[in-house]
Amino acid sequence: MTATALDAPTQGTRPPTLEMRGISKTFPGTKALSNVQLKAWGGEIQSLMGENGAGKSTLMKVLSGAYHADAGGQILIDGQVVDITNPHVAREHGISIIYQELSLLPNLSVAENIYFGREPSKGGMIDRRTMKESCRGVLQRLGATFGPETIVATLSIAERQLVEIARALHAQSKILVMDEPTTTLSSRETDRLFALMRQLRDEGLAIIYISHRMAEVYELSDRVSVLRDGTYVGTLDKDDISAEKLVKMMVGRDLSTFYKHDHEAKAGRARGQPMLAVEGVTDGGKRVHPSSFTLYAGEVLGLAGLVGSGRTELARLIYGADHRTAGTIRIDGKEVTIRTPKDGLDAGITYLTEDRKHQGLFLDMSVKDNVNFSVIGRDARGGGVLNLRKAVERAKSSIADLKIRVASASIGVGTLSGGNQQKVLLARWLEAKPKVMILDEPTRGVDIGAKAEIYRIIDQLAQNGVAVLVISSELPEIMGICDRILVMREGHIEGEVGGTSGVPVTQEAIMALATGVQL
Amino acid sequence: MCSMKTMDADNRVAQETAAAAAAARKQQINTIIQVVGMLPVLILICIGFEFATGKFLTGRNISIVMQQASINIVLATGLTFVILTGGIDLAVGSILAVSAVTAVSMTLGPASSLAIPAALLVGLTMGAINGSLIAFFRLPAFIVTLGAMTAVRGLSRLAADDTTVFNAALPFAWIGNSHVFGVPWMVVIALAVVAVSWFVLRRTVLGVWIYGVGGNPDAARLSGIKVWAVLMFVYCMSGLLAGFAGVMSAARTLSANGAQLGMGYELDAIAAVILGGTSFVGGIGSIFGTLVGALIIAVLSNGLILMNVSEVWQLIIKGLVIVGAVALDRYRNKGSART
Repeated sequence: MTATALDAPTQGTRPPTLEMRGISKTFPGTKALSNVQLKAWGGEIQSLMGENGAGKSTLMKVLSGAYHADAGGQILIDGQVVDITNPHVAREHGISIIYQELSLLPNLSVAENIYFGREPSKGGMIDRRTMKESCRGVLQRLGATFGPETIVATLSIAERQLVEIARALHAQSKILVMDEPTTTLSSRETDRLFALMRQLRDEGLAIIYISHRMAEVYELSDRVSVLRDGTYVGTLDKDDISAEKLVKMMVGRDLSTFYKHDHEAKAGRARGQPMLAVEGVTDGGKRVHPSSFTLYAGEVLGLAGLVGSGRTELARLIYGADHRTAGTIRIDGKEVTIRTPKDGLDAGITYLTEDRKHQGLFLDMSVKDNVNFSVIGRDARGGGVLNLRKAVERAKSSIADLKIRVASASIGVGTLSGGNQQKVLLARWLEAKPKVMILDEPTRGVDIGAKAEIYRIIDQLAQNGVAVLVISSELPEIMGICDRILVMREGHIEGEVGGTSGVPVTQEAIMALATGVQL
Repeated sequence: MCSMKTMDADNRVAQETAAAAAAARKQQINTIIQVVGMLPVLILICIGFEFATGKFLTGRNISIVMQQASINIVLATGLTFVILTGGIDLAVGSILAVSAVTAVSMTLGPASSLAIPAALLVGLTMGAINGSLIAFFRLPAFIVTLGAMTAVRGLSRLAADDTTVFNAALPFAWIGNSHVFGVPWMVVIALAVVAVSWFVLRRTVLGVWIYGVGGNPDAARLSGIKVWAVLMFVYCMSGLLAGFAGVMSAARTLSANGAQLGMGYELDAIAAVILGGTSFVGGIGSIFGTLVGALIIAVLSNGLILMNVSEVWQLIIKGLVIVGAVALDRYRNKGSART
């Protein structure tokens, strides 16, 4: 089997700090993990990769005691078999997990958060002085610029992450798991986090790092293990790590098919008439200054810029999600009045949100209801009676067309992996048959397989004459799939690259516009 | 060696198939448990009372229990709409009172035939006022309807001139006191309200929107749903059904007391909805559950009376059963995985 061939050589005689053996986990209808293994040594950063739905999060939930694995698996800490029955036991064994969605209490202070559940007491009263002093030590060790009394709500995401790490260190953790910690960080914050992770590694911690980002894994890891479809594929040592090998292990196919959307695909697109013409759209200067651009039928237009540059805000103004104080919007040459998302939808625009869990999906509802949500009104029989047959048809064809991995359309969308959830949301907007499709970070938190699928869909849309606006923070992505790119900075559209602008599409050109600095 | 490997693989495949089948069965059982919800509890309570008293499960007694439950069923059905959107309506008891007073008073005047439409209109109007404050002014539902509970109570006393209005020859008295094929009209009406509401929630576009608004209001708005219209609908529905319950109550007693009628009814109705498994944050729940919840409350009252339990202890037991039943429900549902 390939798995054995790829297995890392064992680390001499030093026993791993953590070893998970033969872990399986069955959910109703699906086998999320099947006989998976993982080892991590103190003083090393062990990365864990895999597409969404590959089982990384499930494995970590087993480790944290949030899930119980099927019988037959074993978890060893420092060579001793342990039985992790609940999160409390996991903590006592020195396991700390920092999830993507941080679990801090925003209205309490940093010290109160670090000590939460373990407050020191003196004669029955909380000993605040000890709390502060000991937290200050940990915060200094991490190079934090805020003190123990700061209220967490006033901190940035990166700073909050630091608080979570401080909490883990303070609890004397030996094993620190970080689940996609960089998704919401700027590149400078990411650099700082990595420096800190290296420092902690050198102090002897075993760090398990989960990420989708190849470059980061490449840069940080002492070892990378890969999961695919709930099974263990193999482990690469530092010297063996390469992008091609990892991709091959993750998707089970070659890298060469992945970026195929590039030039020849674009050649198939023909730019048609102006489909969306935006003029002087603004929210009164709060986040978006008067902005104008034209999007053509059959075109994929990129909207780049740093986080906070006003890309999402501009898109939301066009769709009617936020209040627009001035400006006109024309669809297919006709001026339209858009005051609410419903107006936007009726005018033929759809907006795929960047935040699918909070603004996109109905997690308690089925895949079928989620796919049909914005078109059930159109499909309905007289008196608003649901057309159930049509709904089932739409759901089934969406599942087939978008290759959504789900056992049945009546399964709750909340149980799917990120990539499949994103496809369900995309399906909802495709069903609305828009003329203009705005996609905000369409591949955020999505695995490589789903990414390729989404790129294919975008390309197909453009070929069918839909006007597509893609907002993305990933430069290779936006450069790969867009015909031309608008760049925003501080609420203004700074300029354009590609297309007829004469400026070649390069990372340097985009970054120069986005930052206002000539490189 | 090689054959051993194949056998191993075969074994594993067989095991995995078995595990998948077991998981599918478990999910099926879970689904059934979720659908039937509190029904087993209701049945157990009924059997218990039959053993304790020997006269609970008679046709006559069941008919009485259903009749006693009917007003609460109608109120709780209205509240189910509201709670599914993540809201609350504390004013239903007061709205019931003002509608009942309106209905009875109207029959004493010249426009007697308009009594029922007028009572329903009053209920609808109250609901519409609540709905507007919540949908357009974005005020918290708890506070709006808490205020309405007090203010509408005042209105009902005002309308009744702070007395009891009474009409011995109430033209619609049949609603409260006659039967059709041996079943009280009150029961038929309550079940019809449940059936229509089930249809609205499960078979119409509006129903999906109600669940959507309760489950994720931001996503609903971005999906082009008029969230305000959905909120208006649910509070209007709650007000209208409270008005309807007012008519039923007036028909039953031929009278309405502006000060006392309907006091605390909102709490019984909320208890029925929660017992029925509807989530207090919205998005999850069913009308069928509410029906079962309302029946549990009525059965408890009736059974405890049959057992000659004093009123004081009736209250204590009822309260404990409500909390206990919901605790059991939550405990039972904990097994289902959700990420």
